[in-house]
Amino acid sequence: MKKVKKSASFLYLGIIFLFLYAPIFVLIVLSFNNSMSRTVWGGFTLQWYFNLPTNDTIMDALWTTLRITLSSSILATILGTSAAIGINRMKKNHAAIMLGATNIPLLNADIVTGISLMLLFTRFTSLGEFSVVLAHIAFSVPYVIFNVLPKLQSMSESCFEAAMDLGATPAYAFYKVIWPEIIPGVLSGFLMAFTMSLDDFTITYFTKGAGVNTMSTMLYTELRKGIQPELYALSTLLFLLAFLMLIATNLKSFNKKEAMRV
Amino acid sequence: MKKKFISFLSLLCLTFTSCFSFTGCKSDASSSDTLVVLNYGKYIEADVLKRFQEETGITVKYEEYESVEDMYAKYKAGSINYDVICTSDYMIETLGKEGELIPIDYSSLKYYKNIDPAIIEASSSFDPTHKYTIPYFYGTVGILYNTKMVDEKTVSSWNSLWDSDYSNQIVMINSQRDAFMVPLKLLGYDINTTDKAELDEAFNMLCDEKKYVYAYLMDETYECMVSEDAAMAVCYSGEAAMGMEYNEDLAYVVPEEGGNLWIDSWFVPRTCKHYDAAMKWIDFMCEEEAATANFEYVWYATPNLTVAANEDEETLADETVFPSKETLERCDIYSAYDNETLDYTTTLWKKLKAY
Repeated sequence: MKKVKKSASFLYLGIIFLFLYAPIFVLIVLSFNNSMSRTVWGGFTLQWYFNLPTNDTIMDALWTTLRITLSSSILATILGTSAAIGINRMKKNHAAIMLGATNIPLLNADIVTGISLMLLFTRFTSLGEFSVVLAHIAFSVPYVIFNVLPKLQSMSESCFEAAMDLGATPAYAFYKVIWPEIIPGVLSGFLMAFTMSLDDFTITYFTKGAGVNTMSTMLYTELRKGIQPELYALSTLLFLLAFLMLIATNLKSFNKKEAMRV
Repeated sequence: MKKKFISFLSLLCLTFTSCFSFTGCKSDASSSDTLVVLNYGKYIEADVLKRFQEETGITVKYEEYESVEDMYAKYKAGSINYDVICTSDYMIETLGKEGELIPIDYSSLKYYKNIDPAIIEASSSFDPTHKYTIPYFYGTVGILYNTKMVDEKTVSSWNSLWDSDYSNQIVMINSQRDAFMVPLKLLGYDINTTDKAELDEAFNMLCDEKKYVYAYLMDETYECMVSEDAAMAVCYSGEAAMGMEYNEDLAYVVPEEGGNLWIDSWFVPRTCKHYDAAMKWIDFMCEEEAATANFEYVWYATPNLTVAANEDEETLADETVFPSKETLERCDIYSAYDNETLDYTTTLWKKLKAY
């Protein structure tokens, strides 16, 4: 009975993993396929990987994506962190109102945010790459606040006050006392803003100007005549990068635990 | 503390306003030599675009869309002022009726003479006065079939799609207009008919066909045919050519009852801010070298007569790519439906899908 139970649970786990990873596996296999078709296996090749740097459309979209993602997530982190510090210092009622206000972009449907931002931008400025950056900042700030605020709330106010009593300037006290405490929150907020911005389609689609293409919007127009295999190669590389990062962070925490045990 | 905070805030404000003013400058300075182009996805050779910018010094903001309806939504949103757009016949007619087209200054075009007069003539169904459009690519709707499973004689008529021998081996086109075209042609009616009785008859035939249909597909058609999941498929000639590249058993035919001829053309919309640049763009697309490069990339029939000189016999003889004169004579162009007919066929189409 026990055996059956165990094998059933393994099977269940196996099916879940299959559903999660089979699509990615297919994508990786296709990136080595020596044929433009999705159904014909034309033999093993690395040509899509070598072609990748010379494909202007893809590289253009990749650089645009990185530019937009990096600048928007860095700016959103600065804004969000300062907002969190401010909210933390507010009276309870004010903080609740403020948090409610910053949460709205988080709960709002992407398409509503996208269209309203588009209307705003066409009225006051023109659509282009910069409008996308602004839009991305708008929807990533709440994620940063959410990550930084708990860190601030869990630390004691007295440390900061003690530093001030001992003659530190506010900036120095912030840098020496508060910053080391909240930096994990700031980093995870940054990473969340980064990933949110990286895979956003809806808002980007509505706020981008002519000729500006991120990876997601470029893929959408490519659908009409089949996706270029170079994109499979790029997606594989991106997946591998995320996978390696995951392993690296896990190894680090694993090592820490081991060290503590000793 | 407070003072610092205020100065920090004002600094933030400053950076933001400066960002705004920068973008403002950018759009002003670039207005004289930029061009905003809207085209189907993957409908131009990248080098042609690059060469146009190098030779004319015009910066092109090149925007792409996925389907005709997509293009209409993008254009109507009004958030971007497009200077020149390429789209399909019946959508141009709709936009024309809405007064969105600006006449093209044909006298400024050096290479307009390269365009096949027959295709210009055919364009009269959506541009009757020949004032607004320049053909870019064209093609047909027909049957892509696997020669190992179906013989040539069978598919010479649309009737083959109602053949019980091929039950569950037929791929039907997943597009309202094209799907209705098939029974209308078979019944000998006009493909642009607005007569409800005729449309009903066509609808009944489509319902009857459904029991033989393997799937209703659009972009996946050629994949499905290449992997030999189906014996025949109704699809566009471009789609067929793509499939034939991967599986040499595939062939394409426009049945003898005829089919649909579609023409994608350039036009200048009312939102155009850079008319001269738009003319240069259109002229450049008609030029021999650019048209050849585009043809070899897109692989649809080109209306540019000079391209033929650069292609080998085999390509020119390929009727999938270049439909013959007889084929073209059998084909009709869609005209835009009025709202009532559009609503009616949409209802029928939904009923068919639910049947």
